Amino acid sequence: MIREHLPVLQVVLPLVAAPLCLLLMRSVWAWLLAFIVSLAALVISIVLLREVYAGEVLSYAIGGWAAPWGIEYRVDAVNAFILIIVTAISVVALMFAKTSVAQEVAGDKQGLFYTAWLLCLTGLLGIAVTGDAFNLFVFLEISSLSSYVLIGLGQDRRALTASFQYLVMGTIGATFILIGIGLLYMVTGTLNMMDLAARLAVLGDSRTVQTALAFLTVGIGLKLALFPLHLWLPNAYTYAPSAVTVFLAATATKVAVYMLLRFLFQVFDASFTFGAMPLGGFLAVLAAVGILSTSTVSIFQDNIKRMLAYSSVAQVGYMVLGISLVSSAGLTAALLHLFNHALMKGTLFLALGCVAYRLGSVRLGAIAGLGQRMPWTMAAFLVGALSLIGIPLTAGFVSKWYLILAAVERGWWPLVVVVIAGSLLAIIYVWRVVEMAYLRPPPEKLSVTEAPLSLLVPTWLLAGANVYFGVDTQFSVGMARQAAALLTGSSG
Amino acid sequence: MSAEAALIGVILVPLLGALAVVLAGSRPNLREAMSLGAGVVLLALVVRLLPRVLSGDWPATVLAEPIPGLALAFSAEPLGVLFGLIASFLWIVTTVYSIGYMRGHGEAHQTRFYAFFAIAMGCTMGVAFADNLFTLFVFYELLTLSTYPLVTHAGTREARQGGRTYLGILMATSMGFLLLAVVWTWQLTGNVRFTSGGILAGAASPLVIGILFALYVFGIGKAALMPFHRWLPAAMVAPTPVSALLHAVAVVKAGVFAILKITVYIFGLDLLRDTGVTDWLLWIAAVTILVASVIALRQDNLKARLAYSTISQLSYIVMGALLVNSTALVGSTLHLATHAFGKITLFFCAGAILVASHKTKVSQLDGLGRQMPWTMGAFFLASLSIVGLPPMGGMWSKWYLALGAIDAGYAVLVGVLMVSTLLNIAYLIPVPIRAFVGKADAGGEIQIREAPIACLLAMGVTVAGCVALFFNPTWIVQLARQFVE
Amino acid sequence: MDLLGLYNYWIVILLMMMGFYVVIASGHLVKKLIGLNLFQASVFILYISMGTVEGGAAPILRSGVGVFSNPLPHVLILTAIVVGVATTALGLALVVRIKEAYGSAEEEDIHRQDDSL
Repeated sequence: MIREHLPVLQVVLPLVAAPLCLLLMRSVWAWLLAFIVSLAALVISIVLLREVYAGEVLSYAIGGWAAPWGIEYRVDAVNAFILIIVTAISVVALMFAKTSVAQEVAGDKQGLFYTAWLLCLTGLLGIAVTGDAFNLFVFLEISSLSSYVLIGLGQDRRALTASFQYLVMGTIGATFILIGIGLLYMVTGTLNMMDLAARLAVLGDSRTVQTALAFLTVGIGLKLALFPLHLWLPNAYTYAPSAVTVFLAATATKVAVYMLLRFLFQVFDASFTFGAMPLGGFLAVLAAVGILSTSTVSIFQDNIKRMLAYSSVAQVGYMVLGISLVSSAGLTAALLHLFNHALMKGTLFLALGCVAYRLGSVRLGAIAGLGQRMPWTMAAFLVGALSLIGIPLTAGFVSKWYLILAAVERGWWPLVVVVIAGSLLAIIYVWRVVEMAYLRPPPEKLSVTEAPLSLLVPTWLLAGANVYFGVDTQFSVGMARQAAALLTGSSG
Repeated sequence: MSAEAALIGVILVPLLGALAVVLAGSRPNLREAMSLGAGVVLLALVVRLLPRVLSGDWPATVLAEPIPGLALAFSAEPLGVLFGLIASFLWIVTTVYSIGYMRGHGEAHQTRFYAFFAIAMGCTMGVAFADNLFTLFVFYELLTLSTYPLVTHAGTREARQGGRTYLGILMATSMGFLLLAVVWTWQLTGNVRFTSGGILAGAASPLVIGILFALYVFGIGKAALMPFHRWLPAAMVAPTPVSALLHAVAVVKAGVFAILKITVYIFGLDLLRDTGVTDWLLWIAAVTILVASVIALRQDNLKARLAYSTISQLSYIVMGALLVNSTALVGSTLHLATHAFGKITLFFCAGAILVASHKTKVSQLDGLGRQMPWTMGAFFLASLSIVGLPPMGGMWSKWYLALGAIDAGYAVLVGVLMVSTLLNIAYLIPVPIRAFVGKADAGGEIQIREAPIACLLAMGVTVAGCVALFFNPTWIVQLARQFVE
Repeated sequence: MDLLGLYNYWIVILLMMMGFYVVIASGHLVKKLIGLNLFQASVFILYISMGTVEGGAAPILRSGVGVFSNPLPHVLILTAIVVGVATTALGLALVVRIKEAYGSAEEEDIHRQDDSL
């Protein structure tokens, strides 16, 4: 009974819980509710995944109005994969949030904090689950507005300006998406994605369709932080509260990648996006320049959080690179990296959250000798760092392997060079931190102790996942392959 | 215990040893006993594999399959068993030496040292017994990482600098070239297993074969082929046992071992001979041999001199592989063994000198032979082995390499070997001569005593090894022939 | 001729560019938000324009009227307007907080105090 309503419950549950959080003014209760709801959402996403694992597609008509007139929620291998990532990261980040947020956010605002968190979760899940283009825009704005709030709650006053900057750029991006959807509606008269795909295939090329594609790509590119539209991201990640950085870094850009995939491969036909329109080469160049330039910029950052934020832009570049190869191997690599990057960046930002909790600073100079003072925290950071570089037996290696394989398969040698150069640059910026933490003596007066268990447990959960998914890739590679097959299959 | 279980044990024992070392960290004697114990068990396991391999059987086992189609698998084949045997035997010897050295030198963080040492040995075994390119690559990278804390052990500015060069070059070459080559091989053949006769024949054009081979040879930075050799002198900031076992035996030999294995089992000698892609690389190996020797001549720091000597000697082995004939490959295999025993002895001596007299430079050694006769004697004998004079094992490997060069029609390379031998004499022999003949500085220094007994014991064993290899190299030749055919 | 026939799209483009320009060029954060609003308003007009059916009446059921404009874009844009209002409200709230923290809502002043924006 309840089973068939799962696609909608996935979204409605956090949506309904969000105002309840507001009513439970006491911060602990608000946290507990948010946590339980996240956990429930994770369970739902696991059940959904099991149902679509074999290649089935679940379709749910909201309010009983059948598609294409009503809003349809559609779960297939692609978004079930995304749902798992978003909910799992939300659970882990919330485990971490209890202690971390209690320190970083004022007591009377914590109820609001968790309200915004659940709304953000609603938005991200909604984007993934909906099969309706306009509904996607609405969820996009729900997640965006709540993430502006979450970022603005950072301790530093620069969090406010970062949030404002993100608000301006994010709104422009969302409006571009809105324009793109509007233009598509104009030529097809439908908003349902599957219906759009079917009608666009019949209609063929026209200037309106081309313009729609352009607006959608730029709009999603903004949310995705695709170079050179990434300018909002470093500040937003740097000054947001630790738990928020973890959550957003591991999910928000991933959901944007998902949007890009849905539109480029399913709504539009791949033969149109990458054949008639020169989007493949365009994205490849942007991704390549993005990887090299932002990785280089990372090397010169003094604030470690900021360094990782720039690295995130570079990692998004890897995913877009995989997409631009327009092959099932490339898509597998992109989706795999989407999953693995959530793990590695999650771990790194969680470990940094522990550091921030104890030291109050995440500047490079502040962490000298921390390898001895906070061994578990820094060891988790090291695991994340190795995964980011792509050392064998970590998740990062698996995605790098597939990325290089996909590029070699297409014979795009310059991209192979870019991927390799990117991971070499990653060694440089990550190793500055490792060297500082392990090979410098701690300052005399520094008397920090290891982070509390409530922070270490979620950190190590993700760190462990980095190793686990580096050794047993049945789930991650299997899912990525399924999803890639689905995306390329529908495009013929 | 079956051979298959022994194969897994070979990887696990050093890692468990590392764990035991950490757990016993507060009690030094127990800790070192754990380290030694792991070494002995490891050697026993490798020896256990030897008869199966000599009988022509290659036991293999799969540990896991991280990426569909790419398994972490191990197998015992002749070259791997030989390498495993050398490394595990010398690990025991080095542990004995370390006990004397680390205590005598009063080094800090000894638990960390022994633990990472054991992990590095586990990774070396992983390289030695890798059944496919993927496994080889995994343990190759892990070996680099696990030795990094050993290289930067001192934690000084100099150590950090050395560590950067070390990690930078090894990572850049392995990620830039080796990984690409492995992925490419996988893409071309859908197979990365080491197979007799190679797997690449007919899979790609000669041009691609040539590029791939170059990617492998340069991608394996641990073989220290110029211009990717700088990491080895940089690694000399490590404590001497590390330089001795890892940077004269385990790590560097893992590099040349990988090249030999890839040459024979991935490309296959026939393919390389037919395509002739090794010719230009031969000259790079030759240049490395000569240039590194000349640089060694100009080093006053003893360990740096030995490091450059190692670079030059490694290129002997690479050259043997590049000559692609069985005689030369037997020479390479022999050199893997003889150089290991010779060079580790030299490093033991350098460390002993450091512990006993705190001297690091060749120019300071005048007259030291009188205070440290055993150490300098061992140095002299080991030098003879490196130079390639009887009654030391080093002679055989040069002999086979020269024969191989003639077989391949490269008389010039025999000349290179000759010149290199002269250079070896020029940079090694003066060290003991200065020590025994030179006059000590006037100034009545504090009395210098002979090195700790544990150190001398270790040196004795390795020198004996050099001599034994002269009198009985046949079993290695037999293994090498099996490997090549 | 044909160009003028689609005059409402020219208005859309004009508004959009004006909004965009204001967002980029003005230093005051409130002005930026006004620009953003203009920008969004242009899209509202775009949607409403495309719902129009030539000769169609407002989509209210009345006797004697056969041709209606398409009501769906109107409904959609109602949602978008709500989103726009929420964005503006949040933006203004942030400006208030920024003013409190920096004592100014001018980009240059903020820059001078923290070079992060």
